[in-house]
Amino acid sequence: MDIGPILSTLRRHKITAMLLIVEMALTCAIVCNAVFLISQRLERMHIPSGVAEHQLVMVQVANIGIQPDAKARTQADLDALRRIPGVKQATLASQVPFTNSSSNTSIRLTPTQKLATVNATQYMGEDLIDTLGAQLIAGRRFRADEYLDYDAVVHNLDLVRNHTPSVIITKALAERLWPGESGLGKQFYFAGVGVRVVGVVKALIRPSLSLGDAAAHWSMVFPMRMSSDNANRYLLRTDPKDRDRVMAAAGKVLRQLDPNRIVLAKKTLDQLRADFFRNDRAMTATLLGVIVALLTVTALGIIGLASFWVAQRRRTIGVRRALGATRAHILRYFQTENFLLASIGIALGMVLAWGINLFLMQHYELPHLPWTYLPIGALALWLIGQLAVLGPALRASRVPPVVATRSV
Amino acid sequence: MFAYYLDLAMRSLRRHKILTGLMVLAIALGIGASMTTLTVMHVLSGDPLPGKSATLYYPQLDPRDSQDVRPGQEPPAQVSWMDGMNLLKAGRADRQALMTGGAVPIQPPDASIDPFFEDARFTTREFFAMFHVPFLYGHAWSREDDSNDARLVVLSRRINDKLFGGADSTGKMLRTGGKEFRIVGVIDDWRPTPHFYDLMTGGYADSEGVYLPLLTATDLKFPTNGSRDCWGNGANIDAKTALCTWLQFWVELDTPAKAAAYKQFLLNYSRHQKSLGVYQREPNVRLRNVMQWLDHNHVVPSDVHLQFWLAMGFLVVCLVNTVGLMLAKFLRRAGELGVRRALGASRRSLFAQLLVEAGAVGLVGGLGGLLLSLLGLWVVRMQPSDYAALAHLDLSMLLATFALAIGATMVAGLLPAWRACLVPPALQLKSQ
Repeated sequence: MDIGPILSTLRRHKITAMLLIVEMALTCAIVCNAVFLISQRLERMHIPSGVAEHQLVMVQVANIGIQPDAKARTQADLDALRRIPGVKQATLASQVPFTNSSSNTSIRLTPTQKLATVNATQYMGEDLIDTLGAQLIAGRRFRADEYLDYDAVVHNLDLVRNHTPSVIITKALAERLWPGESGLGKQFYFAGVGVRVVGVVKALIRPSLSLGDAAAHWSMVFPMRMSSDNANRYLLRTDPKDRDRVMAAAGKVLRQLDPNRIVLAKKTLDQLRADFFRNDRAMTATLLGVIVALLTVTALGIIGLASFWVAQRRRTIGVRRALGATRAHILRYFQTENFLLASIGIALGMVLAWGINLFLMQHYELPHLPWTYLPIGALALWLIGQLAVLGPALRASRVPPVVATRSV
Repeated sequence: MFAYYLDLAMRSLRRHKILTGLMVLAIALGIGASMTTLTVMHVLSGDPLPGKSATLYYPQLDPRDSQDVRPGQEPPAQVSWMDGMNLLKAGRADRQALMTGGAVPIQPPDASIDPFFEDARFTTREFFAMFHVPFLYGHAWSREDDSNDARLVVLSRRINDKLFGGADSTGKMLRTGGKEFRIVGVIDDWRPTPHFYDLMTGGYADSEGVYLPLLTATDLKFPTNGSRDCWGNGANIDAKTALCTWLQFWVELDTPAKAAAYKQFLLNYSRHQKSLGVYQREPNVRLRNVMQWLDHNHVVPSDVHLQFWLAMGFLVVCLVNTVGLMLAKFLRRAGELGVRRALGASRRSLFAQLLVEAGAVGLVGGLGGLLLSLLGLWVVRMQPSDYAALAHLDLSMLLATFALAIGATMVAGLLPAWRACLVPPALQLKSQ
């Protein structure tokens, strides 16, 4: 197809053609970035947790008033929970992934270091690693004799100050503290206490991602036993198909043991994850809506302008038909015209997409737009353009040659 | 003349129904999307206490040890018990209140209602007067009750409705946190947006259900909500001596001169603490008013900003689209315009006529946009975030919708109208 005549026609409709190009460029740029944002959100929503998510149930309770025999009561609670058919493991955890509630501390590599190296979260609870289903990749689990009561430690820090307690950390934290090394056997310090790494788990996500996704897996686990005075989240490991039954039974058991207790939440870890990322899910839906709306409006604009051009050029089309152009020629003329406009729009749109990405990077901690996203916008625009122009182009191709012979 | 132009516009719009429909649809979609996000922004970035917020200040001190000192560092976002109490007792401001969020179990007098946990605010008495909290029944506790472990409680209207069916419950007892508290007041509906006085418990959190004297709640060791930042070996059991910041302290300073004097007082206080060896750092204080504090904390969620920019981008696309369609439409009527010119109409009146037509499209598009933004806000309210329930259109945003719709289409109509006016009358007449 010769594009010469198309270009010379477009030159006579400069402003309209330009508007169409600008519209397509904007759409292309926004669609590229929106698709990129969606992929970022999806990636965030599927961040690995390192725990056996489909097998975990959390029951959060609250006691009324302070209880003098919290330790014994907690033991009774756990015994009763473990007796529920289907429960494989149960513990009282200081914190649970995807709950946004966490305890964090600054870590130093030497006791006198001025600026802390990193901020990491602290998990505690008896047999927490196995209950969570975190995967130990180096070193060992805690020995039974290493466990201390959290309450006793808080009241008397000497319990941990005089001997170096064990800690199990994530691979990500080990890599951050000692790049290239396993971290096993190393020491670090926080709040003036030195601890030694005895084990490394593959991954264990922090309960809150407020420090950014890069810090998501900077977690430590301490050999501490919690009691109802200082923790309120029971974690149960069970078969995925037993979760609902176990959850209901656990709530009932805990209420039976202490009728004055309030069950604040009963959730599977899958539900906790879904709740945790609900804003990201909503944003993904919004972005999808924006993409659909943009492409629709652009398509309507193309239809409107193409229809106008077809009507305006009826006579020219008639003349061309009378001089021997086939219907296919006319059809292809309008399709090629749209393809040309879309291509210019897309080229501009790519530059604009880059610019928008730079703006977003400044304000929203986004990475660079990978170039692989640019063809998505291009493809969408070419497709929408061809679909939108098809109707008016077909109408044009049906203009009879006899139009040429009419004077008006 | 305007009526005549409007009549012409209506005729012309009716003649090209599809093109008109496309233009109206594009405007409506653009306006609907942008007004939805603009309304959410407007609601979320509003002044929580109009007329009052400029006199409310949030002092910050830096009591941390000398570890992790970085130049230009922001002081902690909250105060420690010791500093809070010192500033409260100094009483240098017109009003002051020290507070923290908490959660208390409530055992209803009516046994048919299960015990439940309710968000609480542990605070000192001037909280109510300083933040213009309206009382439905009763009043705040007295100054003495702030320091004598008084077992008194103020309820929100919501809790009073739930427990006492909305009746005046002052003087009655309520079992709170396993202890008996006497109800001294019930406050009316009150929800400052954002939840400025304690951003740690959620920037758009609902206001709390029960209010207890701070000292009482602290001595009873009621659990607190929010964040606690400690230094040194600070994670001490006793909240009163812990090296931790966990309280919010607000002051009311009626004039800028008083605010300047208060800032000086904070500096002097910090110097004094350092000379006593309590503080290790150089004096590092801040004194921001409500709007500055909200701004500093970027309280409007970044997703809301992002949605706003997306909607604006969409509106621009819709407008470019409308310009194109309008240009097509106006140029198509070159013949008609040529006749009017030949019959003596000036370019200026032609231009006015076309702009009226553009404005009419804007008005109809604005109506459509209004409906769409009502729909959009309804969708926003379905969202799970804690600000969702606040997304309502108010009168100013309603007017803004129409102003934006008509203004935008007029702007979009300028270029097409100008182009159409350039049509030479003679040429058009000849070709007919």
